[in-house]
Amino acid sequence: MTVSSTNPADKQQGLVARGLREAFFAGLISLGMFSLYIGLKTDQNMRNELVLVTRWGLLATLVILAMIGRFLMIVVVQPRLAARKSAKATAAHGQAEVPGFVARNLTAIAVVALLLFPPVIVSLFGMQGSLKWIDNFGIQILIYVMLAWGLNIVVGLAGLLDLGYVAFYAVGAYSYALLSTYFGLSFWVLLPMAGILAAFWGVILGFPVLRLRGDYLAVVTLAFGEIIRLVLINWVEVTKGTFGVSGIAKASVFGIWSFDVSAPNNFAKAFDLPMSSAYYKIFLFYVILALCAVTAYVSIRLRSMPIGRAWEALREDEIACRSLGINTVTTKLTAFATGAMFGGFAGAFFGARQGFVSPESFVFLESAVILAIVVLGGMGSLVGIAIAAVVMVGGTELLRELTFLKAIFGPDFTPELYRMLIFGLAMVTVMVLKPRGFVGSRQPTAFLHERKAVSGSFTKEGHG
Amino acid sequence: MTQPLLQVENAETYYGNIRALSGVDIEVQKGEIVCLIGANGAGKSTLMMTICGAQPARSGRILFEGNDITRMPTHLIARLRIAQSPEGRRIFQRMTVTENLQMGASLDNQAHFKEDVEKMFTLFPRLKERQHQRAGTLSGGEQQMLSIARALMARPKLLLLDEPSLGLAPLIIKQIFEAIRVLNKETALTVFLVEQNAFAALKLSHRGYVMVNGKVTMSGPSKELLANPEIRAAYLEGGHH
Ligand SMILES: Nc1ncnc2c1ncn2[C@@H]1O[C@H](COP(=O)(O)OP(=O)(O)O)[C@@H](O)[C@H]1O
Ligand SMILES: [Mg+2]
Repeated sequence: MTVSSTNPADKQQGLVARGLREAFFAGLISLGMFSLYIGLKTDQNMRNELVLVTRWGLLATLVILAMIGRFLMIVVVQPRLAARKSAKATAAHGQAEVPGFVARNLTAIAVVALLLFPPVIVSLFGMQGSLKWIDNFGIQILIYVMLAWGLNIVVGLAGLLDLGYVAFYAVGAYSYALLSTYFGLSFWVLLPMAGILAAFWGVILGFPVLRLRGDYLAVVTLAFGEIIRLVLINWVEVTKGTFGVSGIAKASVFGIWSFDVSAPNNFAKAFDLPMSSAYYKIFLFYVILALCAVTAYVSIRLRSMPIGRAWEALREDEIACRSLGINTVTTKLTAFATGAMFGGFAGAFFGARQGFVSPESFVFLESAVILAIVVLGGMGSLVGIAIAAVVMVGGTELLRELTFLKAIFGPDFTPELYRMLIFGLAMVTVMVLKPRGFVGSRQPTAFLHERKAVSGSFTKEGHG
Repeated sequence: MTQPLLQVENAETYYGNIRALSGVDIEVQKGEIVCLIGANGAGKSTLMMTICGAQPARSGRILFEGNDITRMPTHLIARLRIAQSPEGRRIFQRMTVTENLQMGASLDNQAHFKEDVEKMFTLFPRLKERQHQRAGTLSGGEQQMLSIARALMARPKLLLLDEPSLGLAPLIIKQIFEAIRVLNKETALTVFLVEQNAFAALKLSHRGYVMVNGKVTMSGPSKELLANPEIRAAYLEGGHH
């Protein structure tokens, strides 16, 4: 037996047989599970009676899909993963691999690509056609990148699990919405103010949870997020409750040009351009890009400063931190405040972009999505988080584009409704393949002499 | 007699209603290595935590250089330059060796960082070889060395060590204890050492205390304790290293 298994052709055959067997079982299990859920459906007929509708075709499709998936998993995916793992194990003992050109200049390439994104899109799709790409994809993804980078300071660096991050996003958005509506202050005055107010609320949240860690902390932050949302709903005189605040002023180009159609210094009028809402979106794209750049810069700088190092040490061992003279109270509070501040900035931007805010935008699901992006990206890694945001937010936006799916699943199939399902699937997949997220390794910040290439040993678990 | 660097006066520490320390008196003079030996559960780690403010005494006093630190928060006590290698080492697993040392130096504002790191590497050459490695991937002995080195980076006046020999091979224990002896001899570093490994601890230290059930039952020069038949019977016989 052992002799035959060394023959590659035999091995392949055995694998296929195993794949077929497993696929058969997967089919049986999914048949058992789906018969009632999918095969049968209750409906009302013309006389308002409950009738059973059978959907055997759909059931068959799903069972076959499950079987194919299991087969491919056994025959293709698993051997490939195993091969990669063993290749990595042998490589880990060799010298650290030299990163390629793209990897070395990743930041520069990304910045240039992002700067060129609006002009390229406009030239490809025209002014009006560019709106969708710049707004739905570009701005939307960058908002999540910024939120996730902000949350990363709290969760990724300081290790404080925060499930209510969206509260600070809400504080920022409502700060801008209310202060601009009631006092007529401009975006550029309110942007820092929104950040400061959110940071203030970060400290307020920080105080009661100082002694909590892990799951307890998560529960309290979750409650905090809900409290903020409920206040926004119920404080009707100020926030207009569930109706939300509408007609929020647009941001201007530092007060020089405005994007209000009626304003004398309208951007399009000033340059004798045809009227279009695309200019505002393009402007917003660059604003959020700049905000993201600031977030990244501050995160990177802080990490190599004493406070950033204290955050990371706090994540590792709170007791050890205290015994080294670190004030864990202020360290935690600054982490909460800094993370919240970026949430506040993003919120103010969100208000200016939408022109409308309501409590509906700040539900728990948003916190979960932002946290998912941080975890998928590999806690602490800015690049990984950006990739995760592109995949998750961009991917779910793309669903709207997949009209051909209607041809398969029928005309009333709306792919957007499956957004969360696919989000979850993607998350499980990433976590199975890369348990530490897209970029699981952590870049050290302290070097004595020369900066050594980071070898695989940083990412592997210890063997004590 | 000169004023002791550290004085524990009649300290009583509780976990809820359970008394873990009852009326403990201990003195450590400048430049001394003092050890506290006792069986598992005697209250040795509790005394360490009481000194550094993590589990403050309910009654009694802790004095450092004559100042009362009994109810000071831990991080402020650390800033008086009382450094410790706590029970379980508590190194920062995901950080590199160098980063761990850097955290230890955070009180010193990094002024002597490079100089002090070089000193640590001379003291524990194994750490130098592994300076870029993630601390969690070090062996137990190396982690203990790192824990001590990290404490030393703060240029402490008093070094507290909680069971540095725990779970280590005899050869490694020897290396670590030798390093402590050298430090004490060359820089007059004051060390308060808590150990279950009574033989090694008494060999290293100048004076010793014996703790049983939260009480100090015996004390004296380590040589005398080593020769004491009672101690030999309770802690040393059969447990030679
Ligand atoms: N956190 C705690 N809560 C309750 N009891 C504790 C706690 N820590 C230690 N103890 C108890 O205090 C006594 C002394 O423990 P400890 O100081 O850890 O002993 P040692 O370090 O000498 O082995 C033991 O009886 C132990 O069970
Ligand atoms: Mg102990």
